[in-house]
Amino acid sequence: MSILSKSRICPETGLFFDDQAEKLIKWNAVTGVVFLLVGGLFGVLMALTRWTEVHILPADWFYLLLTAHGLDALIVWIIFFEMAVLYLASSTLLKVRLAAPKWAWLGYWLMLIGAVITNVMVLEGDSSVMFTSYPPMKAHPLFYLGIIVFAVGALIGTFCFFGTLVLAKEQKTYEGSLPLVTFGALTAAIIAVFTIASGAIILVPTLLWSLGYIAHIDPLMYKTIWWAMGHSSQQINVSAHVSVWYLIAAIVFGAKPLSEKVSRMAFLFYIFFLQLASAHHLLVEPGLSSEWKIFNTSYAMYLAVLGSMIHGLTVPGSIEAAQRKKGFNKGLFEWLRRAPWGNPVFSGMFMSLVMFGFLGGITGVIMGTEQINIIMHNTLYVPGHFHATVVAGTTLTFMAVSYFLVPVLFRRELWLPGLAKWQTYIYAIGVAGISVFMMAAGTLGVSRRHWDNNFADATLGFDYPAAAHMFLALNGISGLMAGLGGASFCIIMVGTILWGKKKSDVPASAPAPAPEPAVHQAGSAGTIAVPGTFVLALIFLGTFILYYYVNWKYLAEVWHLS
Amino acid sequence: MAIHPPETKIWWKEPIHSIEIWWVLIALVWSLIMFVMMPYWHIYGNQNLSNEAYRVDPEYFGEKVEDMVKKYTIREEGDTGIPVVAPPVGSDVFLLARLWEWYPILELKKGKEYRLHLSSMDWMHGFSLQPTNINLQVHPGYDFVVTVTPTESGKFAIICNEYCGIGHHTMAGRMYVTDK
Amino acid sequence: MTSQDNNTPDGEHEHIPFFQRMMDNPFLLLFIGVVMPTVFYILWGVMEIATIPIATY
Repeated sequence: MSILSKSRICPETGLFFDDQAEKLIKWNAVTGVVFLLVGGLFGVLMALTRWTEVHILPADWFYLLLTAHGLDALIVWIIFFEMAVLYLASSTLLKVRLAAPKWAWLGYWLMLIGAVITNVMVLEGDSSVMFTSYPPMKAHPLFYLGIIVFAVGALIGTFCFFGTLVLAKEQKTYEGSLPLVTFGALTAAIIAVFTIASGAIILVPTLLWSLGYIAHIDPLMYKTIWWAMGHSSQQINVSAHVSVWYLIAAIVFGAKPLSEKVSRMAFLFYIFFLQLASAHHLLVEPGLSSEWKIFNTSYAMYLAVLGSMIHGLTVPGSIEAAQRKKGFNKGLFEWLRRAPWGNPVFSGMFMSLVMFGFLGGITGVIMGTEQINIIMHNTLYVPGHFHATVVAGTTLTFMAVSYFLVPVLFRRELWLPGLAKWQTYIYAIGVAGISVFMMAAGTLGVSRRHWDNNFADATLGFDYPAAAHMFLALNGISGLMAGLGGASFCIIMVGTILWGKKKSDVPASAPAPAPEPAVHQAGSAGTIAVPGTFVLALIFLGTFILYYYVNWKYLAEVWHLS
Repeated sequence: MAIHPPETKIWWKEPIHSIEIWWVLIALVWSLIMFVMMPYWHIYGNQNLSNEAYRVDPEYFGEKVEDMVKKYTIREEGDTGIPVVAPPVGSDVFLLARLWEWYPILELKKGKEYRLHLSSMDWMHGFSLQPTNINLQVHPGYDFVVTVTPTESGKFAIICNEYCGIGHHTMAGRMYVTDK
Repeated sequence: MTSQDNNTPDGEHEHIPFFQRMMDNPFLLLFIGVVMPTVFYILWGVMEIATIPIATY
C-alpha cells in the first residue's frame, strides 16, 4: 500500500481514500455540478424558446445559449465528473495512492481554465457557432483554444488514471484482474484517449485557421474528424455510466456480476467498436461511400450494441440475483418490487438503466441506420435521442451516485433527504418528456437548432402540423420539470457540503468493516437464475424490433432516392 | 462484487448461466439482422443515397445553376422575384444553398427521375424537404448528386436544418411537384 | 507480457487463457482501442474524402 501519502478508510463503507485522490474527486465532482447548474439553466431556456407560445429568448440569445448549453452540459459537466469516476475507480477501488497527483491537479486547472475561456467567448456573443463549430463558420480563436486547453487537461487526468493502474500493479494492492468497475472505467479512459487525440487533430488546425495562419479548412474533412471527438466523447459517458451502474449495484445490493467473463466481454466490445459510431453524424453526407457508412455506423455489425444489450441483462440481473439470495424470491418480480425505491442512489440508477435502453438505445440504433437516417438527420429527433442517452443515461446516473459519494467524501449527512427521495423521479420524468416530445416533433420534421418554428421572417413560409407545436409545448413543460429536478439536485448537493450534519469522525486506523457482499459466493454458474430480468430483456427486444421496423415503414413512404 | 477483483482467478473458464448464454445469442442474431437490413435495402429498397459526389468550385456550381435557370424558367414566384424552374425529366437539376436562401424554386413531375445536384455557396446548410421529411447535408465545395423521384404532388418546403448563422431560421425554400 | 508476472508470482500465468491475459493488459487494450477507430473510421474516411473527383460536367 501507499507509503508516502496520507489516506483513510471510510468507517461506514470500508472504502479506501488516498488523501490527494479524495480531494481531486471532490473538486472535480463539485466543479462538474456547477457547470451542470449553468448548462441545465440554459437548457430550460432552450425548451421554453421552442415552446411556440412562450418563445422566451430572442434569436441571437437562443443561438448563443444553445452553443453554451451544448458545451457545458454535454462536455464540461460530464468530463469533470468522469475524472472523479476515474480517480475513484483507480485509486479507491484498487486501494492505492493516486499516481502523479500534481499532474492530476494541473489537469484539473487546465480543464477549468479552458472551460471558462470557451464559456466567456460564447457569452461575449461572437462565438455562437454551436457546439459543433462547423467551418467555414468561424468563432473567436479563444473559443477553440479553450476547448483544446480543456481537452489537454482531461488527457492529463486520463493518464493519471493509467498511471494509477500501473502503480497498483507494481505495489500489488490487488490480486488477479481489475475489479469490473475499474475495467469499465478503463474502457472509458481508452475511449477518452482516442476522443482527445481526434479533437487535437482537427481543432489545432482550426485554431490556426481562425488566427489566419491556414487559409482553408475542408468542411467535410473537419466534420468527419470532429465527430471522432464529438461522438466518442459521448461514448466515454456510456462506458462510465455503465461502470457506475455496476458500482451502484455492488454498493446498494452487494451484487456480484453474473459472470465476469460476459460483462468484461461486453466492455471489450465497447473498446473495439463503440467509437466507430461517430459515423452516425455522416450518413447523409456527400462523398463518403455506403460501405464506409454501413461498416462504421453499425459499430462493425452492431457488436457494440451487443455489448450494451449484454449490460442491459447483466446489470439488473446481478441485482435480481442479489435480491433473490436475500429471499425476495416470490414470482418473477418480487426482487424488483422490494428494491429500495426510496433510496435515490438506486432509483436514479434503475430509471437511468431503463430510459437509456428503451428511449436512448433503441432510437440511437434506428437513427444510426444508414437509410433511416434520411428521415431523421438534423431534426429534433436527434436531440430527443441524445437527451435520453446523455441526460437520462449519464447525468441521472451521476446524480444517483452523488447521493452515495458526496456524504461519504465530505463526511456529512445528506441535506433535505426528503427532497432527495423525490428528486430522481422529478428529474427522470422531466427528462423522459424532453426526449419523447422532441423525438415526436422531429418525426414531424421539426429541425433542431432552429429559433422560429413558425417561419415568421422567412420569404417563403411553411407551417408544421399543429401536432408539432403541441409536442414543442409539452417539451417546454417537461423542460421546466427537469429544470426543477436538476435545481433540486444542485441544492441538495451544495446544502450537504455546506450545512449537512457532520458525521462523527472515526480515526482512519480503526479496523475497517469491509463492505460485506451479500452474495459473496453466488457463483455465476447456475446457482441463481434471473428469470425476471430475462423477461424484462425480452420485452425490451420486442419493443426494439417493433419500433425498428415501424421506422423502415416510414422510410418506405418517402420519395424514391438513389 | 463488481468493486472487488474477480473471486475466481481464472474467470475466463467460469461456466456461464444458460440465461446469459441465450440472451447473448439472441442479441447477436438481432444485431446481425439489423446489419443485413442496410445492404438489403440497397438492393431491394427505394430510398438509398448515391455515392456520387464531386469536388466543385462554388462559382462554377453557381454558373451551372444560372444556366439552368436561364433555360427552363417558367414563371416567378408571386412577387418575390424568385424564378420557378421546370427542368426536363431525367436532366441534371441544380439547387444551391446560400445565406439564407435556397435557389431557385424547382418544379418537378411526379413519378419522374431527376439528377438533383446540391451544393452550398458559403457555409454548411441542411436540405430538409417538408412535409416529406427527407434530410441531406449540403457542403460548400462539394456537389452531392442524388437521383430523386417524387412520389407525391403538391407544394413542398425546403427548410435549412443545419445552423448557418443568425438568419438560419429564415432560410426556407420551395419546391413544386406536378401531376402531369 | 512481463507485467503478467507480477500478477501470478507462482508462474501460473501459462494457465491463464489468452483472452483473459489480453483483457488484463490495459495498454494492449488502449492500443487496440485507438487503432481500430483510427483505421476504420478516420483513415478510411479521410481517404474517401481525399479521392472525391473534381466536377467535370
